Amino acid sequence: MNTEAIIMMIISTVLLWGGLILAMIHLSKHPDEPED
Amino acid sequence: MSGNRENWSARSGFIIAAIGSAVGLGNIWRFPYVAYENGGGAFLVPYLVAIFAAGLPLLYLDYAVGHKFRKAPPLAYKKLMNSESLGWWQVMVTLVIGIYYASVLSWAGSYMYYAIGQKWGADTQAFFFNSYLQNGEGLALGFVPTLFFGLVIVWAVVMFILYGGVRRGVELANKIFMPLLVVLFTILVIQAIRLPGATAGLNAFFTPNWEAMGNYKVWLAAFGHIFFSLSVGFGIMLTYASYLKRKTNMTGSGAVVALANSSFEILAGIGVFAALGFMAFSSGSTVEEVVSGGIGLAFIAFPKIISSMGAGGDLFGFLFFASLTVAGITSMVSILEVPISAFQDKLGWSRKKSVSIIAGGSAIVSTLIFSTHSAITFVDIIDYFANNIGIVGGGLLSIILVSWFRRPLLSQLQAHINQYASIKLGVGWNFLLTVVTPLSLLVALGLTIKSIVAEGYGGYPAEILWLVGGGTLALFIVGAIVLSCLKDKVPEEEN
Repeated sequence: MNTEAIIMMIISTVLLWGGLILAMIHLSKHPDEPED
Repeated sequence: MSGNRENWSARSGFIIAAIGSAVGLGNIWRFPYVAYENGGGAFLVPYLVAIFAAGLPLLYLDYAVGHKFRKAPPLAYKKLMNSESLGWWQVMVTLVIGIYYASVLSWAGSYMYYAIGQKWGADTQAFFFNSYLQNGEGLALGFVPTLFFGLVIVWAVVMFILYGGVRRGVELANKIFMPLLVVLFTILVIQAIRLPGATAGLNAFFTPNWEAMGNYKVWLAAFGHIFFSLSVGFGIMLTYASYLKRKTNMTGSGAVVALANSSFEILAGIGVFAALGFMAFSSGSTVEEVVSGGIGLAFIAFPKIISSMGAGGDLFGFLFFASLTVAGITSMVSILEVPISAFQDKLGWSRKKSVSIIAGGSAIVSTLIFSTHSAITFVDIIDYFANNIGIVGGGLLSIILVSWFRRPLLSQLQAHINQYASIKLGVGWNFLLTVVTPLSLLVALGLTIKSIVAEGYGGYPAEILWLVGGGTLALFIVGAIVLSCLKDKVPEEEN
């Protein structure tokens, strides 16, 4: 693969998959309040 | 009725079902091609902008309306702004999409079988059109038994899931099918990137063309793609949110749904382009010459790729078509959940009665229309009109009726969603829904209409295009008007 393609592949996957992991961690730290 | 409304067992059930809805056939066969055509690696920029500027804001609007009123689109929009017909328009769109989606899903399911032993032979195009679809000239309505049996199986599976209800049907099916999809597709991608020529495919997919960023059509493609990919603006997310418990953090959940959908798309792009790289390598051509998307990619190019692998291609082919089928089933269930829920709300039907009448009726219409020699003509034209006018038009109206004409409602919805939100919505959300999202959809809709009027679509004769496409639009309009005239069978206080 050429350098530009490798860089874009890494950026894409890190941003999207990393974003997904961060969003899941964020959500797990904010559990829903129990219903009354 | 509100108090008895079915609900998800937990927030995780909603999230996995919403991901199951968003991740569908389009993620696998549409996104890689759209990204490649619109700047390759550079497409990431407009794509990310589109997620945060249009996808998430509209997703949160859908969540807010569904969750606040705990109804499917017709009664939710009636309660929000007395616009029940808008909700029925969305219901009609989902009904029509469900009817033809079953057809494509049955093709993918059939190809799982054809992949074993690569039964399509050397000419995959001739097999698909002549042997499998038995495609006829013009509108040929003769019966094709193989298509009929595939459709019967798809409808039986989907109706079985829907009969189970929200928790024991939709949620359980997603909890089984989504992990299965991830496993199947991951194995497929690992196999694909190990193929000779895969790097050429990945180069084609990821090498950025920065000049494309100056082209407004690239940005429009990104916004259009996100809109379809996230299942927003046509009632699905609204209906799914109506089954959430009161104290739910919807913004945090929505971020997970949107990013999971995009993560899967990137994975699909890697798998599909690695395979296309192999196809170019084995045929002595370039990726540019073999690239395709949609039905052509799935049922013509991929069988060709599979055949180039020799006997080892059987497993690869089975994994590919199984992934399409599994991704499609969870999306189809979500599509049909909209009309089923809408009729339950409006007429007080039980779940079983609504599934029997709505899904059963759709199954009959679907098998009648798509077991014919014109199945692909119907799919192609109805899909184009339902997506580009039906979904975009309904989504656009749902936004501007609130953000342009009844602005106080936007603040109320914002306050509702912020009640239990971990990510608070502020003026940015308000601005995006008022300016960016509606304008991008308005331009997309305008260009589609202009293109249909000036050039037609797909090279079809005008009479077929207007009969099938125009008929689809007429169905949306008539359905929206007639159904909104129905009298509520459930007392107002219970609604």
